[in-house]
Amino acid sequence: MPRRRDAVVRRGMRHVGRAIVEQPGMFTLAFLASSLYGAMTVASAYVLGEITDRVVLPALDDGVTSAGALALAAAAILGVAVLKILGILGRRLFAGVMGYRLQAAYRRRVTGQYLRLPLSWHQRHPTGQLLSNANSDVEAAWFFVAPLPFACGAVVMIGITVAVLVATDPWLAVVGLVVFPLVFVVNAVYSQAMSPRMRRAQQLRAEVSEIAHESFDAALVVKTLGREDVETRRFTARADELRDGLVAVGRVRGLFDPLMEALPNLGTLAVLLIGASRVADGATDAGALVSIAYLFTLLALPIRAIGWVLADLPRALAGFDRVTPVLDATGETPHGTEPAAAGTGGAGLGLRGVDYGFEGAVRPTLSGITFDVAPGSTVAVVGPTGSGKSTLAGLLVRLVDPATGEVLLDGVDLRALREGEVSAQAAFVPQGTFLFDDTVRGNVTLGADVPDDEVWAALQVAAVDDVVRRLPEGLDTRVGERGATLSGGQRQRIALARAVVRRPRLLVLDDATSAVDPAVEARILDALREHPANRAERPSTVVVVAYRQATIALADEVVWLEGGRVLARGRHEQLLAEVPGYAALVRAYAQTEVAA
Amino acid sequence: MTALVEHRNEGAVATLRRGLRMMPEFRRGLPATFALALMATAGRVVVPIAVQQVIDRGLAGPGGPDLDLVRNVVLVCAVVVLLTVVAVYRMNVRLFRTTETALAGLRVRAFRHVHDLSVLHQQGQRRGSLVSRVTSDVDQLSTFMQWGGVLGVVSLGQLLVATVVMAVYSWQLTLVVLVCFVPLAIAVRFFAARLAVVHGVVRERVGDVLAAVSESVVGAPTVRAYGIRERTAARLDRAIDRHYRAQVRAQRVTAAVFVSGEFVAAVANVAVVVAGVLLGLDGDLTPGTLVAFLFLVTLFVSPVQTASEVLNEAQNAVAGFRRVLDVLETEPDVRDPAVTDPTTARELPHTPLGVRFEHVTFRYAPGAPPALQDVDLQIAPRRRVAVVGETGSGKTTFAKLVTRLMDPTEGRVLLAGIPLEQVAFASLRQRVVMVPQDGFLFDATVADNVRYGRPGLTDAAVHAAFQELGLGDWVAGLADGVATRVGQRGESLSAGERQLVAVARAYVADPDLLVLDEATSAVDPATERRLTHALDRLTDGRTTLTIAHRLSTAERADEVLVVDAGRVVQRGSHAELVDADGPYARLHASWRRSSAGEPQPTA
Repeated sequence: MPRRRDAVVRRGMRHVGRAIVEQPGMFTLAFLASSLYGAMTVASAYVLGEITDRVVLPALDDGVTSAGALALAAAAILGVAVLKILGILGRRLFAGVMGYRLQAAYRRRVTGQYLRLPLSWHQRHPTGQLLSNANSDVEAAWFFVAPLPFACGAVVMIGITVAVLVATDPWLAVVGLVVFPLVFVVNAVYSQAMSPRMRRAQQLRAEVSEIAHESFDAALVVKTLGREDVETRRFTARADELRDGLVAVGRVRGLFDPLMEALPNLGTLAVLLIGASRVADGATDAGALVSIAYLFTLLALPIRAIGWVLADLPRALAGFDRVTPVLDATGETPHGTEPAAAGTGGAGLGLRGVDYGFEGAVRPTLSGITFDVAPGSTVAVVGPTGSGKSTLAGLLVRLVDPATGEVLLDGVDLRALREGEVSAQAAFVPQGTFLFDDTVRGNVTLGADVPDDEVWAALQVAAVDDVVRRLPEGLDTRVGERGATLSGGQRQRIALARAVVRRPRLLVLDDATSAVDPAVEARILDALREHPANRAERPSTVVVVAYRQATIALADEVVWLEGGRVLARGRHEQLLAEVPGYAALVRAYAQTEVAA
Repeated sequence: MTALVEHRNEGAVATLRRGLRMMPEFRRGLPATFALALMATAGRVVVPIAVQQVIDRGLAGPGGPDLDLVRNVVLVCAVVVLLTVVAVYRMNVRLFRTTETALAGLRVRAFRHVHDLSVLHQQGQRRGSLVSRVTSDVDQLSTFMQWGGVLGVVSLGQLLVATVVMAVYSWQLTLVVLVCFVPLAIAVRFFAARLAVVHGVVRERVGDVLAAVSESVVGAPTVRAYGIRERTAARLDRAIDRHYRAQVRAQRVTAAVFVSGEFVAAVANVAVVVAGVLLGLDGDLTPGTLVAFLFLVTLFVSPVQTASEVLNEAQNAVAGFRRVLDVLETEPDVRDPAVTDPTTARELPHTPLGVRFEHVTFRYAPGAPPALQDVDLQIAPRRRVAVVGETGSGKTTFAKLVTRLMDPTEGRVLLAGIPLEQVAFASLRQRVVMVPQDGFLFDATVADNVRYGRPGLTDAAVHAAFQELGLGDWVAGLADGVATRVGQRGESLSAGERQLVAVARAYVADPDLLVLDEATSAVDPATERRLTHALDRLTDGRTTLTIAHRLSTAERADEVLVVDAGRVVQRGSHAELVDADGPYARLHASWRRSSAGEPQPTA
């Protein structure tokens, strides 16, 4: 156990060092301001002592005073107070800026990684985890920064205090030398006792949340089987454990807080006890006694700051440990130097012996995929759930790279193409519709400079122009998570328009019309095939992961995928007649669709 | 369907009052806790008193320094300080226990209540926010009550006790101090408003950052496919930067508020020294008293500073509290008659159940077009009925009404002649079982999931149930048989296999009326065959209402109900309907065409 504590302390100190190294300027400013505050706190006690000796006692004991002496006293108090206030302002502002800058910097770094790392990395990490890495984990990692300069200033203040004590009276110094180390001991014991309890509470919080998630997702089953009480009992059990865990945390904190407050108070009383006899011996005077007693009172708060930093370090380390793997992850997608073939019509596509497997998957997702797609043709990829259709679609636009084999666009390996070349030639509409928190226009153009009539044309091809026209602000209506309410089908069609507006030479649709009416879908596909502005041109090459017969029937060729392999290729009718698995699947889907 | 009650603009005090009504556990222990809190402030005034005593009576005693007196004073005060430690510790523990108990109670009540609300199954996208109402919203409240709340109470007590002590020493100086702090007390209101604004902006910006981050994560495939990394990065940086600037602005205001207390304290010190000296010249004041006043003034500063720190926390907590209370105050759409009106609650008879709809109309919201309109029909016991119709025709509403997930807007639904709203939930849920489209599985074993339909069933009995459904070979193929774990949301199983478990779950529940919302996702042919077979066994001898998404299901049913635009437009056996001129014949023809591989006519 001591070994582990050392590790935590050492790692904690290193983490503190990291914060300082990252923001040396702000830290220095905040530290200087804190030190000013500390020095002025000591000074204010000294001023008080002097005033007691020179103004209060003469006036009250002997009845002599002067306006000058009073004015001087007032000026001294106010002057020290103003400097102290400057110290506080500087400390809070600089420390705040330091912490916020660290947060912002790490958020930028983490999200920069999210954008840089390949999709295969994303697939290995749950969305919820990535979101909390960038938000709460980053925040937790640097939360301790706010009181850090204060705590460092407190150390300075304690140093000055001890010096003042020694200078004033060695016996009074003994009080300080007993009280201050005690402060550190109590703090150390506290963070020691706290961290396992905090961890447990955090764990229980996660479990309570998991039960709520699961239970609410299961709402229909719970309700229709009348199991609400069973679910409530399950939730109650964990909520009670969490309560006990939090009370356990509270017990430790509940003792720590009053102890930390009592220590300086006991120090003050000790100063009074020892000081009185020293005054009686004539070794020191009442003013010095008052100023030191006052100093102990003022020290109570800064001393707490040390505790705040220490207590928060375990949490900070836990948060930082969750962020580090993201920052350390490697695997940027390298790009080649080749330009794409100049051309305007549909692109040719070729796959040569492509294998692909998710990391940790039992068997490869795709193996030995080889086929060609002629420029301007439409190919449907059909297969049962889990056969690798989406992975195949992702390979075609280089969302992922094959483990072996190659994907060729007009005869050039995708990996050899310059950065940006693939997305300039090919458009991809993924399975889950994603709309940005932006306007309809922004979602279609994605920031590119596209005239409105082209946006409308794309929306028309996607059969969603009427819907957009009816929106309150037309193209300028905000959609996305927090925007206007659109149905799933409407959102899908806007995502489709996003692909269409780019006039891609290759269009890959991964089940991108699942929420669209079959009739509308057929209309969209027809329009896609005829979309080129110049009708004489070859149309775009279209690869579509499809379920519906109507969609499949539009394709020039069907690729039948099963268990990660191409088991058959040919025209739809041909596969229906020759491949029993294909016929069974397509029929099953058809039966689903018609009545749905 | 009721939306959640919302009190977005309610004041903080109103929210707290509303909340305390809902947390009886909280009120119970509170007076004693407050009493301890008052005692806790004693420790803070004891030091200034000791200082005064030591200076006036110990050092300046008539016969020279009186060290015995000093020793006694210090000893007494030390005892008080230690007693304060104990009192504060007791108070803290009490407070943690009461608040955590109250909040656990609140959490559980909210959880239970959410299950009664139809939002849960109507609006899947809001589930995340419902979860946060029983988790993070309550957590925030707990942080605030134990940290901010206590600090607030202790600070107030501190002000009170300090004022009393000062008044005992010298009413003149007390007045001087109070006058100094009056402007601050007035300014607090203004500060609070400013702080509320700047912290409000920060919260809003946090939301923007969250949205932007989710673009880079949830939208990862889109960002890559369209080569818009730069643009997304720019949007993210902008959101992060705006959040940063809002934080700095808030910090500036907080710091200004914080130091205002410090400044006022300095002014008060000056006033005390000047006024004290002037009073002292007349012999009305001892030096010790004057010094003690300077100590006591520090006790006036910290409450203001505390307030500046606690305010943001308090706002977050009140907002969270409001969200939890809104859930609790949302009336459930349907209530168990056994709870609301035990005298009229009835049990369903132990016979096969017939279903009757009496002029039933249903609207999802007042003024919305009816999802079902004037449906009046009877289904005989033991019939297997398929409901077909296009998306949005209202066929799912049927299922929800007959299982009483919702009540009709007009008319009523009867089972075995008993109006549904009179049937006790215990009886209803036991005799009427629904297999939803997505047969949700819990992260447990196959057997546990089946048992969910009938608690207490042994693994062997579960195994036997699978055998009876003709699924013995499927179970045998699982790694650990019925003890196989299904993973989160059943994800180790395919969609079709999850459906098999859901069917077994309904089978062991042994209902008299079965409502099946047919799964729409296609499954592989082998599982499909198993499922069809198992469903035949399940529905055998029970009144069955199937929301059919496949016409093959309609072909096998005893009777077909065709729903269009909220009305039942056709009824009869498949054989009768398919040849009659009507919507069913059209649906069926379109299905036949597409099964044969022809493109559908583009409408």
